[in-house]
Amino acid sequence: MQTQANLVALGTIVRREIARILRIWGQTLLPPAITMTLYFFIFGNLIGSRIGEMHPGVSYIDFIVPGLIMMAVIQNAYGNISSSFFGSKFGRYVEEMLVSPMPSWVILTGYVAGAVVRGLMVGAIVLGVAMFFTQIRLHHVAVTLTTFLLTAVVFALAGFVNAVYAKKFDDIAIVPTFILTPLTYLGGVFYPVSSLAEPWHTISLANPIVYMVNAFRYGLLGVSDVNLYAAYAVMLATAAILAGFGLYLLRRGVGLRA
Amino acid sequence: MSAPPALDVRNLTKTYANGVQALKGVSLRVEPGDFFALLGPNGAGKSTLIGILSSLVNASGGEAEVFGRSIHRDRGGAMQLIGLVPQELNFNQFETPFDICVNQAGFYGIPRAVACGRAETYLRQLSLWEKKDVASRTLSGGMKRRLMIARAMMNEPRLLILDEPTAGVDIEIRRSMWKFVSEINRAGTTVILTTHYLEEAEQLCRNIAIIDKGSIIENTSMKRLLAKLDVETFVLDVAAMPAELPQVDGVRLTPVDAHTLEAEMSRTHDLNSLFAALSARGVTVTSMRNKANRLEELFVRLVEGNHGKAA
Repeated sequence: MQTQANLVALGTIVRREIARILRIWGQTLLPPAITMTLYFFIFGNLIGSRIGEMHPGVSYIDFIVPGLIMMAVIQNAYGNISSSFFGSKFGRYVEEMLVSPMPSWVILTGYVAGAVVRGLMVGAIVLGVAMFFTQIRLHHVAVTLTTFLLTAVVFALAGFVNAVYAKKFDDIAIVPTFILTPLTYLGGVFYPVSSLAEPWHTISLANPIVYMVNAFRYGLLGVSDVNLYAAYAVMLATAAILAGFGLYLLRRGVGLRA
Repeated sequence: MSAPPALDVRNLTKTYANGVQALKGVSLRVEPGDFFALLGPNGAGKSTLIGILSSLVNASGGEAEVFGRSIHRDRGGAMQLIGLVPQELNFNQFETPFDICVNQAGFYGIPRAVACGRAETYLRQLSLWEKKDVASRTLSGGMKRRLMIARAMMNEPRLLILDEPTAGVDIEIRRSMWKFVSEINRAGTTVILTTHYLEEAEQLCRNIAIIDKGSIIENTSMKRLLAKLDVETFVLDVAAMPAELPQVDGVRLTPVDAHTLEAEMSRTHDLNSLFAALSARGVTVTSMRNKANRLEELFVRLVEGNHGKAA
């Protein structure tokens, strides 16, 4: 009975999140389509055609497709949950959930699922855009899907933690601007980290996005700069740590309950 | 075995991070089916108490049970029984009233088909059905208040907590809201009400607690409390003020302005002697009214007395 009630509550949050994504599609779905079209056109088509192959049989535009999809997923999963959850705090309607019997894990799972859905929508849009510029290959379906899901979950959880601590809208813009974007650009989206000289190569391996981008690239193209097991270990460990921390924050009511 | 009380609060304390002690060992019992008034001046601790009961505020100590279910040990079970109408608007202003109600039911695990039926029932009862599909930010202030009542009813709570639900609402809407809540109470829902409109508390509530500076200073039935009021003040509008006011045993007459007198007297004192004395002086009384609501007089007296003790 309780399981059934929790599933209804979970479904309610996910449905509400999807309704929000679609209601403000001009802010949630359109910008990544425009940005990624520009990336593909400028970096992939104009500049990429002069760069040559990044790996045997892999052109530059093919090389950046997985990275750009991951970049869009990371930014949108993070942005969706941080703005939605902080918005619910700011507008006080988070109280609708806090006064209900719904357990903390349902709230967290519901918001993360909403963010993953937005990641999936945006990923599909970017994939669609990419198809105008190159032929998409799919080397390993399971790796592609699990990497996509784990990456979206990790950054949704990170966005949730950010939203819990945020006290004003500026606080949810700071992390994406000053941490997420640099880490993404330095995460092997536009270049193979294996091409970096030391110590930059080793330093790059401390960036979890390197593992996500490369695992996803392996899934699509069959090439990667990092060991696949190491990539899964990093993604699973990060997801577990952030999920535990997010649940702790919700149960303690940090930033939510007086 | 007797049924557990609707609300049993024992020695509840709350000290905020800034050191403010909002509740200093509050104990309170509300019986099932009661219409209970929780009154107190601003900053007395009412909202903190309600916040703890609805799990929006973490208590520092003490215990509270809702129909025998601890809000600490069985939070989910206790919250399932509570409906809250908060003081501040706290719904998503971009969502429609229908979605707000249906989503709220969803958070309580109520299947969507059932939730849609309930949303229609309560939105109709609160005269909001015509507005069910508009963005709630476009509703008037009174409609927004009624929407929060409809939302609180979605889990059909056994204990409905109303935290100043009529603040800033015009008299007509306020009366329609009280009619609805009275019907809910008659149907068996226990209601706890905080309000600054004391005449409403007097009319609606059977039992009352007054909280001040984090402590309960009075907790009794409305009848017993009102019986404590031994004097009342009448305001008399007179055609013209006499040169000298008459002396009437047991009545203190005070001129307010050229056409207004205040008469303070024991509740058991008859008015005939006052009117006779005024007539003898040639004073024509054109109208008369109670200076203040009876509960308001007691409330002010109790709170001022408590402040005097504290000083």
